[in-house]
Amino acid sequence: MTETHADPYATTRDTTEGKVFTVTGQDWDSVVAGLGEEPEERVVVNMGPQHPSTHGVLRLILELDGETVTEARCGIGYLHTGIEKNMEFRSWTQGVTFVTRMDYLSPFYNETAYCLAVEKLLGIEDQIPEKANVMRVLLMELNRISSHLVCIATGGMEIGALTVMTIGFREREMTLDLFELITGLRMNHAFIRPGGVAQDLPPGALDKIREYITWMNKHLPEYAELCNANPIFKARLQNVGYLDLAGCMALGISGPTVRSTGYALDLRKTQPYCGYETYDFDVPTWDSSDSYGRFRVRLQEMWESLKIIEQCADRLEKMDGDPIMVADKKIGWPSQLAVGSDGMGNSLDHIKHIMGESMEALIHHFKLVTEGFRVPAGQAYVAIESPRGEMGCHVVSDGGTKPYRVHFRDPSFANLQAMPIMCEGSQVADVIVAVASLDPVMGGVDR
Amino acid sequence: MSEHQPENLPATSDAGDAQTPGAEVIDQRQGMFGVRGTGDTSGFGGLRRQVALPGGTPKPYGAWFDGAVDRLVGLVGDDAIEKVVVDRGELTLHVAREQLVAVCQQMRDDDALRFEFCSGVSGVHYPNETDRELHAVYHLFSITHNRRIRLEVSCPDSDPHIPSVVSVYPANDWHERETWDFFGIIFDGHPALTRIQMPDDWPGHPQRKDYPLGGIDVEYKGAVIPPPDTRRSYN
Repeated sequence: MTETHADPYATTRDTTEGKVFTVTGQDWDSVVAGLGEEPEERVVVNMGPQHPSTHGVLRLILELDGETVTEARCGIGYLHTGIEKNMEFRSWTQGVTFVTRMDYLSPFYNETAYCLAVEKLLGIEDQIPEKANVMRVLLMELNRISSHLVCIATGGMEIGALTVMTIGFREREMTLDLFELITGLRMNHAFIRPGGVAQDLPPGALDKIREYITWMNKHLPEYAELCNANPIFKARLQNVGYLDLAGCMALGISGPTVRSTGYALDLRKTQPYCGYETYDFDVPTWDSSDSYGRFRVRLQEMWESLKIIEQCADRLEKMDGDPIMVADKKIGWPSQLAVGSDGMGNSLDHIKHIMGESMEALIHHFKLVTEGFRVPAGQAYVAIESPRGEMGCHVVSDGGTKPYRVHFRDPSFANLQAMPIMCEGSQVADVIVAVASLDPVMGGVDR
Repeated sequence: MSEHQPENLPATSDAGDAQTPGAEVIDQRQGMFGVRGTGDTSGFGGLRRQVALPGGTPKPYGAWFDGAVDRLVGLVGDDAIEKVVVDRGELTLHVAREQLVAVCQQMRDDDALRFEFCSGVSGVHYPNETDRELHAVYHLFSITHNRRIRLEVSCPDSDPHIPSVVSVYPANDWHERETWDFFGIIFDGHPALTRIQMPDDWPGHPQRKDYPLGGIDVEYKGAVIPPPDTRRSYN
């Protein structure tokens, strides 16, 4: 760094490891000049944690030889919020509010994995109402589309395909509108609860879902038209971030990355939950094991999700007025929600009932909401197929009203371990593409 | 839920009930609502509850469990498996820590077992289970046979060492670092056992039960809300 333009954020200092430069952009010349007469060829670059193309606060530590990455490592933990620890101090139902915030692009998968594990501990898996299961599947598949859209949109943006980004977020917005209509929120829903879901479908939701399906049928082909045969897109993605099936198995990689190697590993098919075995859908694969293959798998998966959403809508049409929460009054959330003039809140009928009509109902409501229900001691592990792969939830109960231990096997966390093997030996620009093809969400990685 | 359960007692299951033969009492809880000492006029402070986890299951285990356990015992010997627990349709093998790597190797490589996919390891801290305070729980998935199994390994707090299985399941690299970070279990033989979520110079292991949650009082419209770990709790 020369003295002429002293940027307080771009300084130089000497350490035991050698000279350290902070680069803020457009100042590579000063770095080169600062290296002196005989610069060392080997440069270690910290990419992130604040870098737009690392999907959140991911820090990549790259050892470069010219433009070639000779060694690559991840630095994570910048978004660790202690969700697992915090859950040990809240009731079982409150836990949903935490887990929905982990992988913020696929909140319904976090919620479902957790709720299925709690339901397994309670032994009430068979008592979950059919409508609740259909609504869970509906929300999860909508979520798969919105998550894949973000992956494709941001991945496109990082390689300069800005139209892919703008149309990706346009379609995602349609999905979030549906979430808002059904759950009241665009994210952090906490909608899927142990025992069922929080609320019935609002009036008009089925029409909106049908409109959405029509819209997606019209607009999803645009992604294929923009990207599939685009020579620049293919040049950037093909043979980049290569990882074959053996590598995937060794590193515990799941989701679109495995399916891009040609192996149709999908827990919805092999270990169905929430009634997935009753839906008609395919598991798309690709055989190139590279970033392009993962893109094609995600694109095709959105079509399959749309098929499932259509089947959910057909079933929900016939389920008007069916229960959405388990019948066991000792577990099912007592409160009812309704949309009032000031937005969603407790239904006035329910308030009237507990405040004016039935003291027992008030006691029951109070006990269940403040104390919660007890879950018999033991442990359970439930894994579901999230947009990123195997989302596992290990829950331990000591028989109390709070989880004794909850651990999430987040697919982003496991998949990110493949970053070095995908990137070492490639160029710096390929690192961005390879990481984007893994689709890590740091909220899920760090929890 | 048990058939003849008194109406005024909390829910129990056949598996996790302290009165059930075979269930293992791991902890004693006392009191209720956090009230203690002479200030307790409710009588709830005298409440006692035993915490019991499902104990060992006698043979037959049912389904494919018997075949898999027999196969594994035949391959690694009788002393590797300390206990077999079948609960809620899940098979848990408590493995002696010295034998963990050998067990994992056979679990992965044997044709009849073939658990090729490791979903990682998580820790559980049972502070009152003497000499078995720290548990490492592994979830394995056999894609070939479409089965899941759980391996549980325990170690005393005074000697928190468990062999690393990264040589068998490279997928466990980060998971073992995470478990070291949060529970202080040292995985011997791990290529680079460093903290992964917490900063490198962080003192302590945050997800152990003796590590406080922390937090401060929050005032809202004149009322003071205490941090979650000091709120009323129901043992």
